Amino acid sequence: MHKDVGQSGGLAMKQKVVVIGGGIAGIQASLDIADLGYEVHLVERSPSIGGRMAQLDKTFPTNDCSMCILSPKMIMCAGHENIHLHTYSEVTGVTGKFPKLKVTVKHKARYINIARCTGCGDCVAKCPVKVMNEFEEGLSKRKAIYLPFPQAVPRKVTIDAEHCRMITEKKCGVCKKVCQAGAIDYEQKDEFVKIGAAAVVIATGFDLSDTSKLPQHGMGVCKDVVTSLQLERILSASGPTGGHLVRASDGMEPKKLAFVQCVGSRDAKAFRYCSSVCCMYATKEAILVREHVPDINSTIFYMDMRATGKGFQEFVLRAQANYGVRYIRSRPAIVQPAHGESGVLVTYETGGAASEQLTEEFDMLVVCPALVPSKGSVELAELMGARLGEDRFIMTPSLRNPVDSTKKGVLVCGFAGEPMDIPDSVAQASGVAARVAELLQEAG
Amino acid sequence: MARTGVFICHCGHNIASIVAVEEVVKFARTLPGVVVADHNLYSCSEEGLSAIKTSIKQNNLDRVVVAACTPRTHEPLFRKICEEAGINKYLFEFVNIREHCSWIHAKEPGPATEKAKRLVAMGVSKAALLEPQAETESSVTPTAVVIGGGLAGLTAAASLVAQDIDTHLVEQEGEIGGHLSRVSVLAPEFDESRKLLDSLMSGLAGSEKAHIHLRSKLKDVHGFVGNFEVTIDEHGKELKIPAGAILVATGAQEFQPVGEYGFGELQGTITQLDLEKMLSEGKAPNRTVFIQCVGSRQPGREYCSRICCNTSLKNALRILDLNPKAAVTIIHRDIMSYGTAWEELYRRASERGVRFLRYALANPTKVTRKDGSLLVEVYDETLAERINVEADVVVLATPMVSRENSGDVSKMLKVPRDKYGFFLEAHVKLRPVEFATDGVFICGSARWPSSAKEVMCQALAAAAKAAIPIKRGKVIIEAITAWADPDKCAACGNCVTACPYEAVEIATQDGKQIAKVNDAQCKGCGACVAACPNDAMQQRGFTTRQLGAMIDSLVKNALEAEQ
Repeated sequence: MHKDVGQSGGLAMKQKVVVIGGGIAGIQASLDIADLGYEVHLVERSPSIGGRMAQLDKTFPTNDCSMCILSPKMIMCAGHENIHLHTYSEVTGVTGKFPKLKVTVKHKARYINIARCTGCGDCVAKCPVKVMNEFEEGLSKRKAIYLPFPQAVPRKVTIDAEHCRMITEKKCGVCKKVCQAGAIDYEQKDEFVKIGAAAVVIATGFDLSDTSKLPQHGMGVCKDVVTSLQLERILSASGPTGGHLVRASDGMEPKKLAFVQCVGSRDAKAFRYCSSVCCMYATKEAILVREHVPDINSTIFYMDMRATGKGFQEFVLRAQANYGVRYIRSRPAIVQPAHGESGVLVTYETGGAASEQLTEEFDMLVVCPALVPSKGSVELAELMGARLGEDRFIMTPSLRNPVDSTKKGVLVCGFAGEPMDIPDSVAQASGVAARVAELLQEAG
Repeated sequence: MARTGVFICHCGHNIASIVAVEEVVKFARTLPGVVVADHNLYSCSEEGLSAIKTSIKQNNLDRVVVAACTPRTHEPLFRKICEEAGINKYLFEFVNIREHCSWIHAKEPGPATEKAKRLVAMGVSKAALLEPQAETESSVTPTAVVIGGGLAGLTAAASLVAQDIDTHLVEQEGEIGGHLSRVSVLAPEFDESRKLLDSLMSGLAGSEKAHIHLRSKLKDVHGFVGNFEVTIDEHGKELKIPAGAILVATGAQEFQPVGEYGFGELQGTITQLDLEKMLSEGKAPNRTVFIQCVGSRQPGREYCSRICCNTSLKNALRILDLNPKAAVTIIHRDIMSYGTAWEELYRRASERGVRFLRYALANPTKVTRKDGSLLVEVYDETLAERINVEADVVVLATPMVSRENSGDVSKMLKVPRDKYGFFLEAHVKLRPVEFATDGVFICGSARWPSSAKEVMCQALAAAAKAAIPIKRGKVIIEAITAWADPDKCAACGNCVTACPYEAVEIATQDGKQIAKVNDAQCKGCGACVAACPNDAMQQRGFTTRQLGAMIDSLVKNALEAEQ
């Protein structure tokens, strides 16, 4: 294979760019920067790239299968000759100035010899330790040695040191016994690599805000309340219930489902801003549940129905006309359990001329929490010297250069900068690639 | 006779725990042309790959079949091993016995094994007929053409020039700027558009890489990625520009609400752009009412134009800046201030005393003229009351609609539009700035109404996408393209219609009309092959003979199993 893609001969060394965050924004930025001929080091904290999009069942407004459209991009990233993946890794330090930055990346010990592991899963099958599965949003258990999800890239297992009995207690060792590839290494240590990079791209995405702080929405109070991301997993064929929509309290298939928008967002006491994507994903989920339970009816409690993108308004109209979705402009005040542990009672003001307070029963309730900058992104921004806005997203204050942070050579794309949907994140990520090319052209 | 090697993968337990791999290997050895059949614990591991390589050399193989997982992830790897062992990579055939056998039939190991055998037999029979192919390379003209000189086109052009790429910016008006010249400040940060325009222009003005064509229109486009010829009419003179990539940045236009709310009849009813002009002259009315969704989110034009609420919020605040005692009311159906900055703008407007009234489509607002001022009668859904608001100016916030000439651009570039006339990207989720046609890109409000920042991000994105083939200097075409057999082709044109990529045309060859495929444009989808009534259209790697051999093999094995 030739290694000369994008290089016009003369340059001996490709300039390097570090991309932090392996979700769709980081993946797209990496692909485009790499296609422009630069060497990309993509750093992802978790064992696999893919990010939030990997957890989604389908995407609005076309209901494309999320993993089916994401997975090829993940594989392209892994196979690209200009991209080096640093999964299960974190950026721990940066020194220097654009275009001579020195980025320190910690490769966390995964206790696996990556070159040997084939991802066959024999070790996973035999591991006796079960732990909360973060990819399934806590709805199922995984093993202490695990592949985060079937389509993980790289397809290499990771040992969760915190829960592995061999590492914590020097007992067990089953995975090592069953691994025919000889890939298990209990003695592995964290490693640090230094990358001389011209520029850094931050694409660290979002987390769900902690809904347990908002008990009035029923989270932690009612068993049959889930977050919207948990519902994505429940609807996913590869999810914890194999794609069967059931509620937690009694395993019943819900017939009446409620969604509550703006849980913690657009709220002066929690997060002031709008998370941008909830109106549309709730509409999508309300449409999708019909594919699972044909006689289910959904109600979406909302403040403003923000369907501003291409095909979004039509999507909402279709949800109303063809999928029995009822939209109620109201912010429910109280959510309580209905019968013992099952179902939920939602109390809300109906609004309009004859406004009254109603208490309505639903089989199951979905909260759409405020989406917040991902864990660690604030510290990372500080490390980079990039300023944060009031809402803790990384600032891109110059309209002239809309993907530049306050630090030269440190660029931002996707949700790390402000709430936005997948196409906007992808466009920004490609935009970052152009900006990298401009800056490196200027630096010579 | 082909010398075929078959390699069956255990994939650890993934395949081997269901499919009896060794039985499939034994069966493969009985197939015509198979010189060697073997199995590996993991064919894709270093060990598995070197075993395949050694076997190719030792057994002098000229065809390789691997039965394992999916070509989607692993075909490039096995093709590469074939090349390293000296076999053309198009002589490799992949059979999927994981997804198609062990996974889907996990509860029926017997039938899963039988199916694996049949799939392997099909692969072997196709492999025997495979032919070596050469991938073609085509050069790329290192020039980009940007159509439209508004914020999108200007940003894209400035980026391309900053990336040292020769760029032609084609603008139909006499000056650069588009809507940017008609709007004095940009929300949400109240940036002065003049400054932004100057800054973007300064990147172009001093550069020999930038070529600005004013009063110029797109006339014709030929060619394909890397080798377009763009013809423009530059105030009467025709100019041909060879280009590697084309960017569409033609923007959108403000809908004129003729006849709605007295627009065009009642003095004082104006559009958002009319208001922008007033404000730029420092004039701020004492009493202003904004009516949102005029001509949008209603039957016939269902969409939300994304930027109108935020524009009204911006202008409400500007009115109050110029005239602190002014009364401003925004009548809306939903306030679309998504994200952080727009929600902040909404909050600021509320704090500054802008009054928000909510109407429903079922209860339309009326505007009349009474005693020298405008009277706006609105039914407010929140209070459930009819409210009368007096106004000096009523701003009708209308949607952005597609440009009148976007149809011409669409036809010339052979790129699609949606039902509202906005350009349709290759994939709404993951390819927002690309067209399905390689080398042609889209950004800004020509695709969908967008804020200034969004327009600029998309413009940068399109600039990156356009720069990729230009910087690489070549495009490589995978050799799975279609071709027409001149003896069978009747030049009926069915293939031309069937092709979604405009890759087929009817051309004259040796005095005869025949379908001709442009390899650079062909994606190997096979639509033309299916559409051909004469069996003249064939696709490399998927010929009728090859696919026929697979079906024959399947039928033969099925019949044998029945007996």
